[in-house]
Amino acid sequence: MTGTADFSESVEGDRHVLRFTGPLTLARIGALPDRLENLENGRPMTLDLSGVERMDTVGAWVVHRLTRRNDAEVTGADPHMETLLEQVAAADQPVKVRPDRTPPLYRVLGQIGGATATAGRTMLGLIGFFGALLISCWNVILHPRRFRLNAVTQQFELLGIHSLGIIGLMSFLVGIVIAQQGAVQLRQFGAEVFTVNLIGRSSVKELGILMTAIMVAGRSGSAFAAQIGSMKLAEEVDAMRTIGVSPMEALVIPRVMAAVLMMPMLGFYSALIAIIGGGLFCWIDLDIPPVTFVQRIREVVPMTDLWQMLIKAPVFGLIIAMAGCFQGLQVEGNAEEVGLRTTSAVVQGIFLVIVLDAFFAVFFTSVGWL
Amino acid sequence: MAVSEAETIIEVRGLRNSFGTQVVHENLDLDVRRGEILGVVGGSGTGKSVLMRSIIGLQLPDEGEITVFGEPMIGRDEEEAKHVRRRWGILFQGGALFSTLTVAENVQVPIREYFPAIDQKLLDEIASYKIVMSGLPAEAGPKYPAELSGGMKKRAGIARALALDPELLFLDEPTAGLDPIGAAAFDQLIKELQKALGLTVFLITHDLDTLYAICDRVAVLADRKVVAVGTIPELLALDHEWIQEYFRGPRGRAAETSVRESAEA
Repeated sequence: MTGTADFSESVEGDRHVLRFTGPLTLARIGALPDRLENLENGRPMTLDLSGVERMDTVGAWVVHRLTRRNDAEVTGADPHMETLLEQVAAADQPVKVRPDRTPPLYRVLGQIGGATATAGRTMLGLIGFFGALLISCWNVILHPRRFRLNAVTQQFELLGIHSLGIIGLMSFLVGIVIAQQGAVQLRQFGAEVFTVNLIGRSSVKELGILMTAIMVAGRSGSAFAAQIGSMKLAEEVDAMRTIGVSPMEALVIPRVMAAVLMMPMLGFYSALIAIIGGGLFCWIDLDIPPVTFVQRIREVVPMTDLWQMLIKAPVFGLIIAMAGCFQGLQVEGNAEEVGLRTTSAVVQGIFLVIVLDAFFAVFFTSVGWL
Repeated sequence: MAVSEAETIIEVRGLRNSFGTQVVHENLDLDVRRGEILGVVGGSGTGKSVLMRSIIGLQLPDEGEITVFGEPMIGRDEEEAKHVRRRWGILFQGGALFSTLTVAENVQVPIREYFPAIDQKLLDEIASYKIVMSGLPAEAGPKYPAELSGGMKKRAGIARALALDPELLFLDEPTAGLDPIGAAAFDQLIKELQKALGLTVFLITHDLDTLYAICDRVAVLADRKVVAVGTIPELLALDHEWIQEYFRGPRGRAAETSVRESAEA
């Protein structure tokens, strides 16, 4: 079993004789193929395999390659080797191993074009999906018995109750960070007391709902895409359709409803916890007692801030749930697609939320809700 | 081929596998001999795949001894087991091709892993003839698994399983999900490769046609162990309820008749 494949050369009559020794196998072949490649190509060759201990298809291929190139004859092969040589000879067909390479410029242009087309199609698809969703909602309103209360309450629990812990923790920490960073900056002007304004207004108006939206997109938007995507793969969605259950009513509406109704509550909760976190910091670091803190918050945070949040929240919920369900329903083919679509659902959800938030900010400012 | 080497390639003794409280195998014994195609049959849930996974080391059994090529496989460290792993090839049910690699690259993966010194040109040639040997069309080389049909995926899986010129081939339901023509062609391919390359084949199947067409012996899994091993006529002579039902049922009889007819013709 030891030793590597080797050969010796000699000239007998007008033939160039190569005597192979050792095992001609993948594991032991070593540099033999290279040496054979570089062999002088003169006389007709005779390949003597009688000294070969063992041979596998790789050895047979190397021998075959040599006979093909140099028109050689093979001697001393035992029946097993002969079968192997026949097999590899029969399998010697031109096979393309690598995909065609396109020039880099074309590839980049193609990718840009493809990505643009995909983005356009996705936007159109989302708008169409929104339309389909409205039609389904209308149908459910016309036939209230088709409303799936169980599915909706289950989604309430998954999206709302189960995320209370993580959203609470996150908001608490964000509240502390705003207070701490704000205090450091405002102290330079001796205006630490305005830290309260900073905490109250930013949490209620922007950060509470935005952080919640990002967390819900990551937690639930992705889950929607993955659940619906794997149901699509397992043909569950098709099975539903054939039974006469509309996937829109059974899968999409409960999720969208849960997101739309839960987001305002989660956003409110998040803002509250952020204020508590910030208040705690103020108490400990700035010596502002909780009673004063709460009083100041009530003075500086106008009611319009809360309205802004409560108006934005359901819209964000709708966007996130729609992106998740839409991407889930786009899954086709293989499991890899589920992963890709889940990623798109989260990216799209967060992206659209932030774009809309910018619009809302400009809008509310221009209507005088400063 | 060294005939002097032990004739038994796989030896399983006293195997016990369980998942939670559910015992799949209890005191299971099995021998696979050199150069044979052993078919493993059994009802759903009798642990055919678990048996294969135990032998190839993907499932650690509760108890028992497993010897492959005369080397004990249980409790071996990864480095030592590698030398045995190199000598077998495995075809998983769905092909289990690496989805980010082309067919040719899939075939090259095991060779690159074990023999990094092989140069690219020879590697490409090896992939080429393995692809042809597995009955794939020449243009399949640069394709990705997602672009292949179920039958082609299995053939590509065979090509990868054969990459290292194994002596032992494990096939998990190779004809499941293929149309009858494709399945028959695949049976033929297995038989031809087995003959040409001197392979020993461990084959899990539900397909009675496969059993009749290519298996030298059949092992029957029932009641948590191998209840019988033998040629099909030997099994038919046994008085075991499941075996009788399996081979004497309508499908079993149909497969038997078709084999007899093709033998007469």
